Amino acid sequence: MTDNKPTSGGDDVHALSGAYAVDALEPDERARFEAHLRQCADCRDEVDSLREAAAVLGADEVTPPAALRDRLLADIMAVRPLPPLPTEGPVAAPVEEAAPAPVVPLDSRRRGLSRVPLLVAAAAVLIAGVGGAILKPWADDQPGTQLTAAERVLAAEDAIRIDKHFPDGADAAVVVSRSEGRAVILTDDMAPAPEGKAYQLWLQTPAGELEPDRLMPDLRDATVLLDGDASRATGVGITVEPDGGSEQPTSDPIAFYSLDS
Amino acid sequence: MDPVQDNPIGVPLTGAPLGADASDLGSLLKRASRGDNEAFAGIYDATAARVHGLVLRVVRDPAQSEEVTQEVFLEVWRQSSRYDAERGSALAWLMTIAHRKAVDRVRSAEAASRRDETYEQRNHTPDHDTTAEAAQASMEARRVRAALAHLTEVQREAIELAYFGGYTHTEVAALLDLPVGTAKTRIRDGLIRLRDTIGVGR
Repeated sequence: MTDNKPTSGGDDVHALSGAYAVDALEPDERARFEAHLRQCADCRDEVDSLREAAAVLGADEVTPPAALRDRLLADIMAVRPLPPLPTEGPVAAPVEEAAPAPVVPLDSRRRGLSRVPLLVAAAAVLIAGVGGAILKPWADDQPGTQLTAAERVLAAEDAIRIDKHFPDGADAAVVVSRSEGRAVILTDDMAPAPEGKAYQLWLQTPAGELEPDRLMPDLRDATVLLDGDASRATGVGITVEPDGGSEQPTSDPIAFYSLDS
Repeated sequence: MDPVQDNPIGVPLTGAPLGADASDLGSLLKRASRGDNEAFAGIYDATAARVHGLVLRVVRDPAQSEEVTQEVFLEVWRQSSRYDAERGSALAWLMTIAHRKAVDRVRSAEAASRRDETYEQRNHTPDHDTTAEAAQASMEARRVRAALAHLTEVQREAIELAYFGGYTHTEVAALLDLPVGTAKTRIRDGLIRLRDTIGVGR
């Protein structure tokens, strides 16, 4: 998975468009390609058109049980649709200007870089930059002037930041924006999970259930945008899970951030 | 267009070619983004069978597929304002979300089963033919089969393994005994040919 890499955005990167359109890239390739998409209008157009073609493949029709419809129509009442992304016209200010002092994660990551090999550090930057793009097939692929979803959370006026300090010196902070409906976790000098394990993130629903969210990348310093809806989440947890993550926590959280205000 | 809330439960409006109701779906999405749950019900009724058909094909396990389909539509509701009509049809946007969720589910299940002794005790996944039998044939399906016939065998296999099997291109290469790096080219070439044959996208 780590060989065969072109050194930078050469032709090989463009050739990933098809595999990207059908979700067939390895995670590191996907991060790399999404970074490339931000700068390559041709690839964005191609991905859009290939997704259109791929969607035609799923032509089988199987009507789900009626109970699913009822459940869903009830469930959506508890979920706030996200606001539109800024598109044309005035572009939001870069995060450094928009975010006042309490939110300073982007620079604090730099401190850790000397401790990790250069390539890993480069991957960290890629992963941190594109963490939120995965489930927004089109909206987040826009060119560099746009804030990433994580940056928007960090820059949001209603952003709340909760810091936790671990006994071994690591720091992990959760920043949540109710208006953005998302949460971001920022780690600083966090020891890797034990061999065969991974740190998994969880969002607690208003009903008190922990919903599985992303796995933390294997990095000491990371910025991760949680996938789940944080507009009404009541907490964010971190657990140690077997590699690949779990559907249910298999251990007590090593940290839990209560978002009740 | 008027909302389709009177549509009987679960009965799909489609069977129509991809994108036939794209502008209607687009306007329903716009209304859903403003919190209009009747518009959302219309989106569901128009697309649930397509979405669930895809999810079931990828995930295979019926119970898990229902969970994933539910996740997909919750995500559609949440992200409805993020749909951009200039970048593609609303149905393709939905199917992209559905595919992504389905693939995430099979990959995380696979990662779990690698270390999980209880895997064998779980419901055995139905094999592909069982699932396919549950799917209804449609005009659209016939059209797709015709379009797939224009692909080379290896292009078709690579696309199907990636899209329905949820395999990465590296895994597809291994499955098809192709050199690493070749499968992604086959997938791309095949999708381009499919796109041009069916006449979607640009």
